[in-house]
Amino acid sequence: MLAYLVRRVLYAIPILIGVNLLTFVLFFVVNSPDDMARMQIGVKRATPEAIERWKVERGYDKPMFINDAAEGSARFTDTVFFDKSLRMFALEFGRADDGRDIGQEIRDRMGPSLAIALPTFVLSLFASISFALLLVFFRATALDFWGVVLCVAMMSISSLFYIIGGQWLVSKLWALVPISGYAPGLDAARFLVLPVLISVLAGIGSSARWYRTIFLEEISKDYVRTARAKGLSELAVLFRHVLRNALIPILTGVVVVIPLLFMGSLLVESFFAIPGLGSYTIDAINAQDFAVVRAMVFIGSVLYIIGLILTDISYTLADPRVRLE
Amino acid sequence: MSAPMSFQPVLLWTDALLFVLIVLGLLAGLHVRNQPPLREAWRKVGKRPTGMAAATLLLAFLLVGVLDSLHYRPLLPAVAAAAVGGGAGPEAAGRAADEGGAPGSEATPPASASAAGAAAGSAGTAPTEGSSAAVYSTEVLSALDALLASLRAQTEKTYSAPFAWTLYQREAMELPDGRQVRDYPRLAHGAAHLEAPGEARAADVAARLLQAAGQALLWWWGAFVLLTTLVWRGSGLGWGEVAGAMLSGRTVLAWRAALITLGVLMLIVAACLQLAPYYHVLGTDKVGQDVLYLALKSVRTALVIGTLTTLVMMPFAVALGIAAGYLGGWVDDAVQYMYTVLNAIPGVLLIAAAVLMMQVVIDTNPQWFDTAAERSDARLLALCFILGITSWTGLARLLRGETLKLRELEYVQAARAFGVKTPAILRRHILPNLMHIVMIALVMDFSGLVLAEAVLSYVGIGVDPTTISFGTMINMARAELAREPMVWWSLAAAFVFMFVLVLAANLFADVVRDAFDPRR
Repeated sequence: MLAYLVRRVLYAIPILIGVNLLTFVLFFVVNSPDDMARMQIGVKRATPEAIERWKVERGYDKPMFINDAAEGSARFTDTVFFDKSLRMFALEFGRADDGRDIGQEIRDRMGPSLAIALPTFVLSLFASISFALLLVFFRATALDFWGVVLCVAMMSISSLFYIIGGQWLVSKLWALVPISGYAPGLDAARFLVLPVLISVLAGIGSSARWYRTIFLEEISKDYVRTARAKGLSELAVLFRHVLRNALIPILTGVVVVIPLLFMGSLLVESFFAIPGLGSYTIDAINAQDFAVVRAMVFIGSVLYIIGLILTDISYTLADPRVRLE
Repeated sequence: MSAPMSFQPVLLWTDALLFVLIVLGLLAGLHVRNQPPLREAWRKVGKRPTGMAAATLLLAFLLVGVLDSLHYRPLLPAVAAAAVGGGAGPEAAGRAADEGGAPGSEATPPASASAAGAAAGSAGTAPTEGSSAAVYSTEVLSALDALLASLRAQTEKTYSAPFAWTLYQREAMELPDGRQVRDYPRLAHGAAHLEAPGEARAADVAARLLQAAGQALLWWWGAFVLLTTLVWRGSGLGWGEVAGAMLSGRTVLAWRAALITLGVLMLIVAACLQLAPYYHVLGTDKVGQDVLYLALKSVRTALVIGTLTTLVMMPFAVALGIAAGYLGGWVDDAVQYMYTVLNAIPGVLLIAAAVLMMQVVIDTNPQWFDTAAERSDARLLALCFILGITSWTGLARLLRGETLKLRELEYVQAARAFGVKTPAILRRHILPNLMHIVMIALVMDFSGLVLAEAVLSYVGIGVDPTTISFGTMINMARAELAREPMVWWSLAAAFVFMFVLVLAANLFADVVRDAFDPRR
């Protein structure tokens, strides 16, 4: 198992290099730093001096890959590619356009992001699986039919409408919780209730339907018939047999997103003004702060790879037949 | 130049690709006719009432989208063309300020009303010399715009509620005797034909609705007779018998569901046709544009994103998926590496990064585009490509897996043993057996892409802000709920249109998947 994990971690390195190269090409080769400077400063005010100053401030004035002016290893380290791309492997992300350290900002904002993403994740997993089991328990009845109709209808509504509608109904009309904002500590709860509930509601349609399909596929197998023939109650069949055997496909889709919870949710955080990583990303996108977007891309891919490895480990926990070798 | 055409056709890139897609669809339809198994699968789709109802709705949306894809530039009157060099029309300038950005073709008033203003609204590419050559407006219109000309032209000053006869805001007005009052001014177009709208409006609307119902019934009867005759031909039954079967839902294909959907649609269309010239059925937005018009224009953007994205990514996904699955070895490794890398980047961030970069390219090369419409079209197409690049991995993985299974089947091994060349095996034995997966992916992805467009446009990395889409509509409307009294209608319109479109697509996709997936 350990050897397998080491191999997986090693395998992650070329993927991260690929991500790194891809983002570098996207950010520096498709458009030269001059183009970006011109857009940031504004086409009308972009004098050559202003562009040069912009580049020096951000360290984009160095050569791309090889610095002929430098000596020794600095030939390769004193370049845009090394500074902006390779340093990310050491988790050094540099500074954002407003001069703040991106790494520090990320550490500060992870907390609020998690505070909203973790409860959302747990609650929606619980809610969708319960709802799916309910539908499966009453399969081929009117309840099942209308449940699926409800799921399809709910997944046809854009998440924007859930958020806008929820804010309007709960915060404005009923005035139960503040519309948006955040407070540290326990005080955060009253700001978090609504976004968490809305996110759970927005996701329940598609995931409950997906789990229902998985359960139905499982329930038509022979071992389920055997379990019923033994005289087990339908509930026992569902919870002790079907649910456990359906875990593998469920884990495949679920575990991989756990590390990504750190990244927060773009939409929810920006609508509810939660100072997490999601709203940080959105602000960076709107301000066209390329350094932040690049850092978030890198962190996102690292977390994704961690998620893949966790998925493999979770298989061994869920199914003793799976061994990692 | 002899008698210039009254318009100049414009083929935008997305138009061309949309038409390519439609031609491909027709060719596929012909192919299906000759293939009994495929015909049987589609017949299964047609047997399901939800399938037929959803297909009817989607066809209606497609009609709107196609009409909105026939673009042209209207001819400018000679005098107006000469005047273009002068100052921008005051109307256009005012609206530009309202929009808070460069006004696109859509934001400018119609050419017929003030051609000079329209031309000046888009970055001055119109010639300044008043020559005798035909000069076409830089504003690109579509056939849908021409059909909805009155809807487009009837703009108000700012918000007004559905069926309102006054503006949403009070304004200082001068009475005939010179006194100043603050009151709600009457709308320029909404309910303008009524003397005393307070009392007369309900009766007027009811009368028009009644008229619309009659009209819709007439249309529906026509459609019913036409459809019944088509089904009746060659059935060997009496016409009345067939008509009875259609109405009671005893036909093989679920015609009754289609007819009911069609009836409801016709009722809504007829009501809109009757009411829209006299009222703003769905109200007006911040700059006074009719919300119904905006919602109809959004349909094309949604269709383009939903279909073209899959169209542009399909060749990559199919080629790479099959190559990886069939050839194996280093090809497989390379393809798997590629899609793992792409998957590793969170989708929204990859899209954001690519869109930001593409925006820089478009902004630094303004000389590539003649009109504002072409520029926003380039961004729309680029968005399709970007979404395609981020979404081909799922399909490629499915195809790779299926190809791995297929290549071990006896008939493929037999073909290999007989010395059939690899390209021929791929084309004749592998590809046709993968088409159902591609087909299912095409319909399943559609609704997700339509929803994604709205979110991306909200985040600011979607379509150009001047392109009318559900995303830009929601984006503009989101602050309106906080107003007092609330402005709910643009949001409601976007919600209803999007919900119906996505719901129809989801239902249709389910039926298609059930019919084509061999595991079911």
